[in-house]
Amino acid sequence: MISIKGVSKWYGDFQVLRNCSAEIGKGEVVVICGPSGSGKSTLIKTINGLEAFQEGELVVDGTSLNKRGIDLAKLRSRVGMVFQHFELFPHLNVLRNLTISQCRVLGRGRKEAEENALKLLGMVGLEAYCRKFPAQLSGGQQQRVAIARALSMDPVAMLFDEPTSALDPEMIKEVLDVMVDLAKNGMTMVVVTHEMGFAKQVADRVIFMDHGSILEDKPKEEFFGSSGSERCQQFLSKILAH
Amino acid sequence: MLAAGLDWSIFLQPSFDQSGNYLTFLLTGLKWTIYLSVTAWVIAFVFGSFVGLLRTLPNSLCVALAAAYVELFRNIPLLVQLFIWYFVFPEIIPVLGTWFKQSVNPLLQQFIAATLCLGFFTSARIAEQVRSGIEAIPKGQRLAGLALGFTLLQTYNLVILPVAYRIIIPTLTSEFLNVVKNSAVASTIGLIELSRQSQQLGEFTSHWYESFIAVTLLYGAINLTVMVLSRYLERFSRLSGYIGGRH
Repeated sequence: MISIKGVSKWYGDFQVLRNCSAEIGKGEVVVICGPSGSGKSTLIKTINGLEAFQEGELVVDGTSLNKRGIDLAKLRSRVGMVFQHFELFPHLNVLRNLTISQCRVLGRGRKEAEENALKLLGMVGLEAYCRKFPAQLSGGQQQRVAIARALSMDPVAMLFDEPTSALDPEMIKEVLDVMVDLAKNGMTMVVVTHEMGFAKQVADRVIFMDHGSILEDKPKEEFFGSSGSERCQQFLSKILAH
Repeated sequence: MLAAGLDWSIFLQPSFDQSGNYLTFLLTGLKWTIYLSVTAWVIAFVFGSFVGLLRTLPNSLCVALAAAYVELFRNIPLLVQLFIWYFVFPEIIPVLGTWFKQSVNPLLQQFIAATLCLGFFTSARIAEQVRSGIEAIPKGQRLAGLALGFTLLQTYNLVILPVAYRIIIPTLTSEFLNVVKNSAVASTIGLIELSRQSQQLGEFTSHWYESFIAVTLLYGAINLTVMVLSRYLERFSRLSGYIGGRH
């Protein structure tokens, strides 16, 4: 589904990604963790072409991002993305947030798009909020709407960029619950997060990054066992300490 | 007191050009001031939006061209620009310039030169406001639009601009008020707009005080109307969580 081979990226002289490689199969759930500035967010943004890279190969669902002149918009419409700060459109109500891209990108009719939107809002438990504006919702509710918005495009895979980092502790669970359901329903997911509980529960593999390199890429049982690198153990001992 | 010596009946006397009385004479000026301001503002809004948007695109050539445009129009004094549009361009532009001088009605010549001058001068200022409005939108909004499969153009149209314009309504309003006031420079090329009419009224009747008081009130009335309309627009379009919005 997603194949990353030797991807490197520089901002000027500063190298943010060093020779990163990973294969993510259909239906797999992969969690990426690591300290801030390690390149996790940059790596998942290269997957849907939001960040360009200078070296390496990246193929998503049969489309190579290396080819010049590929239809990036079309590729992005097939890969859902959820952001740390939700990024709902503030001038549109919840329903319109979910229908605008279905109508404008997929060419669906308004009625069909609204039915699909309401079904997805029901799935994240927010059907009753469809006429509200984003600023009238809590952070957790906004993020659930953002997940529903990404799903409205019928994506082949979902990318999550620290989806719970901007949330109050109370709201983290409601968002993780939605993500766990998604994972159990077979969605291909790449999740940048520090929620190790989520990783233990549904991840197939865990990737650990530091200074732009992938240091570990292991099935979760192995990852949370004690076989990892020293740097990784050190990181885990810090975030799991309390 | 000064007020005691004022003679307001002057406005009912026939005007020197036999077109009516001095009240209708001033209202003719008001009419041209409004025509000039509205058309100039439309030009400024369209070109300013386009140039301001160019400055935010991920393409250094677009950014450089747009920056040059802004610096050109905002660094030459308005009066000089007006003389260039009215006196210089018709001389140096072949064919079209000659046709303009010989075949276009003189009033229309003045109006077109003044409209283009004010429109382009103001467009440079609006471009900067549009740019800052766009730059005030969090970068994540652009990424979210692109991530949903919108093209860059769609992302601007559907995601960025609707919010950016809301943010800059107050500065766009103040720019419209500036256009109305700046339109008085057109009197220097003889366009019979409000300030030109008031000068003539003063010269022909020597009632300078009455003339300038009346013209001040008329400019005030235009600007008050604009301000009230803008307030309604702002209230109508405000978003919670943004400038002017309630949480």
